[in-house]
Amino acid sequence: MRVVVQEEAFDLGAETNAFAAGDAANGAIVTFAGVVRDLASGDLDVMEIEHYPGMTERALTKIAQEAMDRWSLGDVLVIHRHGRLAPGDRIMMVATASRHRKDAFEAAEYLMDYLKSRAPFWKKEITTSGAEWVAAKDEDEDALTRW
Amino acid sequence: MDVLYFAWVRERIGLPKEKVETEAATVSDLVAELSAREDRYAAAFADLSALRVALDQELSDFDASLAGVREVAFFPPMTGG
Repeated sequence: MRVVVQEEAFDLGAETNAFAAGDAANGAIVTFAGVVRDLASGDLDVMEIEHYPGMTERALTKIAQEAMDRWSLGDVLVIHRHGRLAPGDRIMMVATASRHRKDAFEAAEYLMDYLKSRAPFWKKEITTSGAEWVAAKDEDEDALTRW
Repeated sequence: MDVLYFAWVRERIGLPKEKVETEAATVSDLVAELSAREDRYAAAFADLSALRVALDQELSDFDASLAGVREVAFFPPMTGG
């Protein structure tokens, strides 16, 4: 299990390859990558991601450990960036490895649902006309109830 | 104890972190104490349903005791992922 919080970009391909090369017992590898989405108007300049150093690592580790406990997983990887990102930049990725795909898919969804509303990150959208904090969505909170 | 603010709470109060000497027994008591200080605190804490609190880097709630707590953080609902 590996949890990384960093400002720098990460190489999705290299991370995926290294993760997938871990253990031949893992017949299934699922990866998810989150990308900075432009606004419908197309004028997002910067997505600024603030976080709570210390608590972020603890929260992500706890979420990853819960996934390991709940599903039969060979490995889990979580990478999440902070700082100033541009539209199209990759914000984060999760990867799960398991013997069979069901555990890998479900655990990846679980990780994403919890990362959305239980990891201390806050997004701010900066455009030429101003800056606005992204509000949490009720549906993200509701998504936790299915687990 | 250290009190930390993030995102718009930090912006509204105007600082990321401060040391607070307090006898507050619970988070709610601390919020009442801070809100009484100045308008910018009262404005930040006006709607507690829009806020979350962490005690020593674990999510908690406003009824929680502050006994033994060294770090309190206030922030809006998180938007990770």
